[in-house]
Amino acid sequence: MSEVIVITSGKGGVGKTTTTANVGTGLAQMGKKVVLIDTDIGLRNLDVVMGLENRIVYTLVDVVEGNCRIKQALIKDKKYPELYLLPTAQTRDKSAVSPDQMQALIDELRKDFDYILLDCPAGIEQGFKNAIAGADRALIVTTPEVSAIRDADRIIGLLEANETKQLDLIVNRIRMDMVKKGDMMTVEDVREILAINLIGAVPDDEHVVISTNQGEPLVGADCLAGQAYQNICRRVLGEDVPFLNMEIKAGVFSKLKNLFKKS
Amino acid sequence: MGLMDLFKKRNSGNVAKDRLKLVLVSDRASCSPEMMEKIKNEIIDVISKYMDIDTEGLDIQITQTESESDNGMVPALCASIPIRDIRHTM
Repeated sequence: MSEVIVITSGKGGVGKTTTTANVGTGLAQMGKKVVLIDTDIGLRNLDVVMGLENRIVYTLVDVVEGNCRIKQALIKDKKYPELYLLPTAQTRDKSAVSPDQMQALIDELRKDFDYILLDCPAGIEQGFKNAIAGADRALIVTTPEVSAIRDADRIIGLLEANETKQLDLIVNRIRMDMVKKGDMMTVEDVREILAINLIGAVPDDEHVVISTNQGEPLVGADCLAGQAYQNICRRVLGEDVPFLNMEIKAGVFSKLKNLFKKS
Repeated sequence: MGLMDLFKKRNSGNVAKDRLKLVLVSDRASCSPEMMEKIKNEIIDVISKYMDIDTEGLDIQITQTESESDNGMVPALCASIPIRDIRHTM
């Protein structure tokens, strides 16, 4: 049985594409057959985050319009032979594809893949409707900021109306230093407000920027974000994994400072 | 709470959480200000048939309240309607 997961957020720039790349790569590391679909027609990005931008010949729109077969448009990952990317078109807009066409495409891909991940565009218009049409479940990405959480709440309402069966929350870009000072909402605050199941909490980690620069997802790497993404993948597979302690390892100086603060 | 906390401003994290909770209540109820105004005017019309109310002091808003059937917090429409005079006793 294959599972179709849409990664969505409402607001732009909260980390949908990074999450898609890392969760997809993580599932492939765990031996699953995975295809990532970039549904952000006109604003192609998943290819560069995956480091596959030089291999694009055909796109999602070519497949839908019948210019090529699905297999011709799928790009095999550099590292994992069971991981594929279906890139989107850069020169078209969201109206090039309809929800019914997306649904048909996904049903075709279900035959060959364990996991189909859809990277959703920002907003709630046509592109969003295309992306959620064929999804069994959704990962809702947000950051601990009022604007991102408000948009996530709206998205949750729309997904519930669409009867998407399972909704899980990822809180991204948590800064523990600010949370500690009380200047950032905690993961628990965000979960409480949005009232859906929490499947992951990812710290604001400079390794994410570095890995995007290089076009290599960092899931599984020896850093906080790499571990956090790996844990999300395990939870997607149904494992019960405890949440990471995101405390930054304190140096001697800050330990001393904390000691004085407490007294 | 230490002595220093008294001089500190409220944490911005808590401010954000409280503001969000309020804004989401009205977002979820999907009530536009125009619709709230219509509801308010119709309430005035209905109540005015039975009693003399202070239309200026009337206030309606969507808030949250503890659910009686234990569903946690649920949205509620709260109307505060000051009565000037109960004139029509049936």
